[in-house]
Amino acid sequence: MNRRQFLRGVSAAGAGTISLGPNSWAKALATDTATTRRLIVVFLRGAVDGLNLVVPYREANYYRLRPRIAIAQPGDDDGAIDLDGQFGLHPALTPLLPFWRQGSLAFVHAAGSPDPTRSHFDGQDNIESGTPGNKATRDGWLNRLEGALPGDPALRAAPTRAISIGAVVPRVFLGSNRVTTIASGATALRPSVLDRPAVNEAFASIYHDDVRFGGAFKEFVAARGDVMTALEDPEMREANNGAPPSYAFAGDAVRLATLMRLDPRVQLGFLAVSGWDTHANQGGAKGQLANLLTPFAGGMAALAENLGPVYQDTAIVVISEFGRTVAQNGNGGTDHGHGNVMWLMGGNVAGGKVHGEWGGLDDGALHDGRDVPVTTDYRTILAQVCERHLLLPDTKLSEVFPAMPEQLAPVRVIKG
Amino acid sequence: MKLKILELFGFLVFAGLLVPLKASSQPADQAAILHVLNRLAYGPRPGDIEHIMQIGLERYIDEQLHPDGMAMPDALTQRLAALSQGEMTQADLITTYRRVIKAAMEDGTGGAPGGGLAIRNALYRKMAIHFGELRLVRAIESPRQLEEVMDEFWFNHFNVVAGKGLDHVLIADYEREAIRPYVLGKFRDLLGATSKHPAMLFYLDNWLSAAPSADARPRIAGTKTEISGLNENYARELMELHTLGADGGYSQEDVTALARMLTGWSFDPRFAGTGSAFRFVPRLHDFGDKVWLGRAVPVKGEAEGEWALDVLAAHPSTAHHIAFKLAQYFVADDPPAALVDRLTQQFLTTDGDIRAVLSMLFASPEFRDPANYGSKFKTPYRFVVSAVRAAAVDVKNVRPLLATMTRLGMPLYGCQSPDGYKNTADAWLNPDALAQRISFATALGLGRIPLGKLVDDDLANDPYAPAAAAANPSSEGAANGVYPPPDFQALLATLGGQITDRARSRIASAEPSTLRAALVLGGPDFMRQ
Repeated sequence: MNRRQFLRGVSAAGAGTISLGPNSWAKALATDTATTRRLIVVFLRGAVDGLNLVVPYREANYYRLRPRIAIAQPGDDDGAIDLDGQFGLHPALTPLLPFWRQGSLAFVHAAGSPDPTRSHFDGQDNIESGTPGNKATRDGWLNRLEGALPGDPALRAAPTRAISIGAVVPRVFLGSNRVTTIASGATALRPSVLDRPAVNEAFASIYHDDVRFGGAFKEFVAARGDVMTALEDPEMREANNGAPPSYAFAGDAVRLATLMRLDPRVQLGFLAVSGWDTHANQGGAKGQLANLLTPFAGGMAALAENLGPVYQDTAIVVISEFGRTVAQNGNGGTDHGHGNVMWLMGGNVAGGKVHGEWGGLDDGALHDGRDVPVTTDYRTILAQVCERHLLLPDTKLSEVFPAMPEQLAPVRVIKG
Repeated sequence: MKLKILELFGFLVFAGLLVPLKASSQPADQAAILHVLNRLAYGPRPGDIEHIMQIGLERYIDEQLHPDGMAMPDALTQRLAALSQGEMTQADLITTYRRVIKAAMEDGTGGAPGGGLAIRNALYRKMAIHFGELRLVRAIESPRQLEEVMDEFWFNHFNVVAGKGLDHVLIADYEREAIRPYVLGKFRDLLGATSKHPAMLFYLDNWLSAAPSADARPRIAGTKTEISGLNENYARELMELHTLGADGGYSQEDVTALARMLTGWSFDPRFAGTGSAFRFVPRLHDFGDKVWLGRAVPVKGEAEGEWALDVLAAHPSTAHHIAFKLAQYFVADDPPAALVDRLTQQFLTTDGDIRAVLSMLFASPEFRDPANYGSKFKTPYRFVVSAVRAAAVDVKNVRPLLATMTRLGMPLYGCQSPDGYKNTADAWLNPDALAQRISFATALGLGRIPLGKLVDDDLANDPYAPAAAAANPSSEGAANGVYPPPDFQALLATLGGQITDRARSRIASAEPSTLRAALVLGGPDFMRQ
C-alpha cells in the first residue's frame, strides 16, 4: 500500500475522532501490559565507526591498521573504558556507563545487514525497509510493526501512537499506519497558526473534502491537540528549558522522552542523527568523531533519564547502516565497511554485555579482507525486541520482517 | 501496459476541456499551460497564462529551451550586477576562508564578539544570505525559468553542502562556474566542470586522496589532515550518484580503481590569481596499473581521470539514470518506463545533449498526458518560490524564505548527503509539513513577512532560524519591510484553473476576508505541482 492510499484511509477513519487526551487512557492501560511497552529507534546516518565506539582493544590488527586513530588500551592516557575485559568504550561515551553498570545497556558487535552494499543510501534503505537486498518494498518495518502489534484497537488508533522527530517521515516509518511527525528543535512547541480557531476553520473548509490532502490536514489537527496537551504540561516546559539548545539531538531526545512519559499512548518513537561519515581526519579519543559522540552520549543519557519510570518498559535501539573499514585510509579517516555495533538500552535489555559472535580482526577473519563481518543479522535482534519486549505474537513476525533469516547463533538481548 | 492507479484523482477537476495539443495555431488550453508553468517554471506570475495563450505553448517551450534568446529585464540585470559586485575570485575565497579558520582555531575567547570564532560565524552567515539571494532572486524573477529549474536540478544532482568547511564560501562560485553554464548543454561538460571544482573536490575528499606510495606530506596547508593514501569517497559517489547509479554495474574493486585513477585531482589552497584553483598534482597520483569496469587503464596521469569521465558520460547506465531522474522531475514520481527508455536512447544518440533530451521529454505524450497534470507535490523549495511568484512580491530580504525552507526540511544548499534532495510526494508530504506550509502561506497572505526589508549588516540573526514573523503572524514586530497583503482576486486571476471552482467559491466567502489570500496560497490546490 502506498502513501496516497494511506492518507485516503486515514481521512476516512479520522473523521469524527474526538481526542480525549492522554489521561483518559491511563486507567485502561494499567491493565494492558502489551501496550505499556515502548520502542525508540535511533538511526545514526552516515555509517558510524563502531570499532571506535566499542573498542576491541585486545586485537593486534586494530592497532596495526589504525596507527593514528585507534583508541588506546584501558589504563593508558585517553584509553578506552574497559567494559568486559575484551571490549572498551570510547571515552566520550562516559555518560552511558551508569546504564552499563546497572545492566540496562547492551551492545551487539559484528551486527548488520547481510547485503554487501557499501552505498549509504542502499544501506539505510536495507535497514529501514526490513528487507535487505529487496528494493521493491515500499514501506518500512517500523510502520508494519505499528500495524501488527497487539493492544486495544482504539488505543492503537491514537494519533500519537507513533512519533517521528523531524520534518520528513523517515523510510522506516513509511506505510499505511499513521505516524505523527514533530519538528526537530524547540519550534515544535511554538503555537501554529492552525491553533487559532478562525484560521483552523477557514482552512478546514477547503481541505476537508480534498481527496489527496484532506487526510493529512485532519491528521495534523488530530495529533496536534494531543501533542500540544502533552507539550504544554509544566513538566515538559521544564524539561525543554533544560535541554541544551546548541545540540538538536539532545533537545529532541528530551522532548520525545517526556512526551512518552506523559502520554501513555505513545508507543513507537524515531530519531535520526547525521554526520557520522568520517572519511577524513576522524581522530581517536579526541577529534572529529569524539566531538560528535560527546553531545550524542549526553543526549542518549538524557533520553533514558527523561523517560523516568517508563524506561523500565522501553527498549531503545541504536543502529547505523553499516560499519567502517578496520584500516584507516589515507587521510586519517575510514571508508565504508560492513559489520557494526548495535546498541540496546532499557529495562528489559540483557545489559552489561557485548553480545554477538566476535571472530576477531585477524586478516583472515575480515569481510572482503577489509571489514568487520556480519555475524548477527540485525533483524534477529529487532525480532527479539518485537517478540519478547513488545509482545508481538510469533505469527505476526513475518508481517514485520518477511524472509527472516535463520538465527545462526543464539544471541539473547532481551531478558526473561 | 503499466496501469497507473490514481484513485485519488477520480474526480480531478480543472477548468476547460482537455484538448491534446497539435499545432501552435490552435488556442492553447489553460490546463496545459498551467501544467507547463508548473513544471518548466516555478508556477505562474501575474500575466503568464495570458502571455502563453497569446504566443502559444510550443513557442513558450521552445523559448525556454533556448534561454539565451530571451532578454532579461533591465531591473533584474541591474539587481544581479549589484549582488555580484565585489564578488571574490575563487583564489580570494579560499585565502579568506583559510585566514578566518586559522583565527577561529586560535580564538581563546570562546566565541566572544570580535574574536576569531565570532568573525568566522559572521562570515558563514553573510555567505549564506548572499548565496540565498543570488539563487532566489533568479528563481523568482528570471524569465528564463527552465534554466532556473534545471540549475536547481543539476545542483541537486551534483550536490555539495554549504555547511562543510571550505564549501561555506565556495557555493556561489561552484554554481556559477560548474553548473549554470551547462544546464542545457552537454552532460559531459557538467561532469568535467564539477569534477574539477574545488567545492566538489573538497566536499567528497578527493583533494586529499593519494597513492599509498606517495610522498606523504604531513598536512595540507591550513588543515590538520594528513595525505598518505587513498580516499574512495568521490570515486564511489561519482559512479553511484552522478553517473551509473547504484545498480549501474560496478563493483567495490571498480570504486578502488577509479579512486586510484583520480588521485592527484586536487586544488592548490595557496593559489593566487584568477581562474580555477584546480591542480593535477602528479606527486599524489597513483601511476600503477589498474583495471576498471573490465578495462585495462593506460597509465596516463591526469588523462586517466578524463578518460574515466568520457566512459561514464557515454555509459548506457548513466543515460538511464539521468533519463529516470529527469522523467521523475518533470512527469511523475513513478515515471513511465517507456518514456525513460526513449529518453535513455535520446541521451545516448545525442552524446548526452540535455536540451535534446528535454525537447523529447516535453513533446512526449506522457508529459502531455492530462492524467499527469497536478500529479506531483511541490517540494518545500518549489512551494516557497511559487508562492512568492504568484503573489508578485518584490523580495529584497530573502532570510524569511531561507528560514521557511529550513523549517520545512529543505535548507537551501543544506543537503548534507551527496544524493541531494528528493522531489517525490513520499519524501515531503506529511501532516506537520502541511501545517508548516499553511503557516507560511498565512503569514504571506496576511502581509506579515518582512520580505521588503533590505538586509543590512546586522548579522545578529541566524538566517536559518525561523523568522518570528513567519511563525507567528500575530506578532507586532513585522512593521518594517512588510508589503501590503496580496489581493486574493489578483492571486486567483494569476493562478487561473489551478484553483478549482469549488475552492474558489469557498475562498471568496471565507471570513475574515483578510484570510482569503492565505487560503489561496495555503490551500490544497496550490500544493499540487
